[in-house]
Amino acid sequence: MPKNTEFVKFDKVDKSYDGKVLVVKDLNLNISEGEFITMLGPSGSGKTTCLMMLAGFETPTNGEIYLDSNPISNIPPHKRGIGMVFQNYALFPHMTVYENLAFPLRVRKVQKDEIDKKVDKALSMVSLSGFESRMPAQLSGGQQQRVAVARALVFDPAVVLMDEPLGALDKNLRESMQYEIKHIHENIGVTVVYVTHDQGEALTMSNRIAVFNDGKVQQLSSPDKLYEEPVNSFVAEFIGENNTFGGEVTDISKDVCKVKLQNGEILANPVSVTSKGDKTTVSIRPERALINPKDKMDNNQTGKIEEVIYHGDHTRVRLDLLGNKEFILKVPNSSNELDLKLGNEIKIGWNSQDARALDPK
Amino acid sequence: MSNETKQILTTDGIPLEISLKKAERKNKIKAFLLVAPLLLFLIITYIFPIGEMFTRSIDDKMITNMLPKTFKSMETWDGKELPSEEVFASFLSDFKILVEKKEHGKLAQRLNKEKNGFNTITKKLFRQVKRNKIDETQSIKEQIMKVHKRWRNVEYWQAIKRTAPPYTSAKYLKAMDMYLNEDNKITQVSEDRRIHRILWLRTVEVAFFVTVFCFLMGYPIAHLLATLPMKYSNLLMICVLLPFWTSLLVRTASWMILLQQQGVVNDFFVLIGLVSDDNRPEMMYNKVGTYVAMTQILLPFMVLPLYSVMKTISPSLMRAGKSLGGTPFVAFWKVYFPLTIPGIGAGCLLVFILAIGYYITPALVGGASGTLISNQIAYHMKTTLDWSFASAMGLMLLGGVLVIYWLYNKLVGVDNIKLG
Repeated sequence: MPKNTEFVKFDKVDKSYDGKVLVVKDLNLNISEGEFITMLGPSGSGKTTCLMMLAGFETPTNGEIYLDSNPISNIPPHKRGIGMVFQNYALFPHMTVYENLAFPLRVRKVQKDEIDKKVDKALSMVSLSGFESRMPAQLSGGQQQRVAVARALVFDPAVVLMDEPLGALDKNLRESMQYEIKHIHENIGVTVVYVTHDQGEALTMSNRIAVFNDGKVQQLSSPDKLYEEPVNSFVAEFIGENNTFGGEVTDISKDVCKVKLQNGEILANPVSVTSKGDKTTVSIRPERALINPKDKMDNNQTGKIEEVIYHGDHTRVRLDLLGNKEFILKVPNSSNELDLKLGNEIKIGWNSQDARALDPK
Repeated sequence: MSNETKQILTTDGIPLEISLKKAERKNKIKAFLLVAPLLLFLIITYIFPIGEMFTRSIDDKMITNMLPKTFKSMETWDGKELPSEEVFASFLSDFKILVEKKEHGKLAQRLNKEKNGFNTITKKLFRQVKRNKIDETQSIKEQIMKVHKRWRNVEYWQAIKRTAPPYTSAKYLKAMDMYLNEDNKITQVSEDRRIHRILWLRTVEVAFFVTVFCFLMGYPIAHLLATLPMKYSNLLMICVLLPFWTSLLVRTASWMILLQQQGVVNDFFVLIGLVSDDNRPEMMYNKVGTYVAMTQILLPFMVLPLYSVMKTISPSLMRAGKSLGGTPFVAFWKVYFPLTIPGIGAGCLLVFILAIGYYITPALVGGASGTLISNQIAYHMKTTLDWSFASAMGLMLLGGVLVIYWLYNKLVGVDNIKLG
């Protein structure tokens, strides 16, 4: 059976709370069945609003949302059959774990033994079997989180929404929960719409990521593409680390362009510049610029070391390069023959393909 | 396991527990000194007056001190036949002392309360004693019995004996429209004199319904307060608190203006044609007035605890309830409502306890059918000056409140109360 690529569809959705500012602008987004899609963006970018509109707690000011080809704007939340995991888990504090999980089944008038079976299954899925009679307050943060996930899945919803579910957990737990949620998704194949402001989380878990800023989807693509090939400088800045040069295009051909900087000139990959004289921001990932490159590279510059920070597995080197004093390099710990001393001049090289000339900031 | 039982020592070799206690003693003393003024204040203004009230309500020492010899000699009397010569003699000697101290009137009054008819015969005896008509060399019993025929009636002597104990439960029985009869049995007073029991029942009834009304009106307000955006909820909060900033008397008086027969509310009813002009309903000087005014006055006490509890309930819980498939009603009833029970408990308990002892409002707008037990207490404090009776009723009220508190603790659990 071919998968429905428009299982969830935002069609020209606008949302405004006060009639003056659009929180979400002309959102068009298709989510396929069984996909894990993440809405990533800084706070106030409209990602949570989108989720709330999908869940039914907010109504679109304009446009329509379709679930499995049915418009859902006029369907109240409790009839949408969408599971949701909330930021603060929203476990019912007066009910036991069992009762929490049984709640969606009981309101659906499921038989008692059927409920028992499903609750058992859901709890074993999040490896919390035997916790049925605990109260939420007796569980640790991670355990509460798992219960919340189990509760959102126990009634076999078609779509599960997760609103920054790992935000309150500490770093280690957050990472292990990321994998756990990812595996649950792979095992049961439910469609997941996940909201986060943590790019690492988005990159590890998702099939596709929609980067939100200013009420708009800036880029919608797979994690690797998003990181390797950001389409604009916001995405480049927001995802991962990034070195930038502001300048002006002086020469342009099909896949390389010359960018004149304040003091110097570099070759770059023309992504969003089209003609001579365009202002641009060139973005280079720190790991794409190499020290003393052995292979031939078409950009070769010399920079002065301003700062060296030891990070265990790698060393961060801050350079003064072409007038940019914030140029960061990541040097793997294996290359310890390098002489990284403050004030030293070193040779840097990168391919023009990796220097993406994007829209100006 | 030996590690656990072994005493842990500090580096100086002092047992850890002792060292800890020593270190904390200073803090404990400081903390105690901080609360000491309050403790003292509570003892002086709360515990001591209640103790005083209690002793006053059961105190019956006056007559015990007046007739010490009589009661002593009465100890051997079986109380069936007329007492012996000895009893009469000691009574006369007690009485003579009272006459000298001019306290025989008090005795007559007190005995008359116990049994009607003592006034006359005590006065007669007083005259005989005053004129030294009683010859102590002859049988005193015979002489006293000659003073009035009632002195020959054994019932009167029984009445005297009943007053012997220094403590009495008579006031409490009276508050329940009961008394101890001649045979020391608890008996109800005749039907036309049973006024207190009606008052008790009415007090509980009014307190109960005021609590119910406050709950019904306060719950939505509190919910609104907790969910509205800050700028509106602040305004609403001021509206809720406004009555607090107005004198209780002023508020009650304004209800009188509103509710009287020629008042604003009645005028309005006539205007919209709900009632005819010559048939204006009485909304004051009866229970209606009491209900309306008390509900309005006590409403903040319901709203505030509810609000403080609702404020802590995350809105995502209701959302979770809905997204999991519960209708708005189910989400409210299964998720929101159970979480507000601590607030409901606190609010209801607070309003009920305040309402059960309410005084000014029922006194002003209650009329005859709207007065409560507190008005009766005030009446005995100010008018009849029967303070021991007032104390007894006050203590019964206190006892009732404690019973309610206990019941609440049994049913809901006091730990569940949340005032803020």
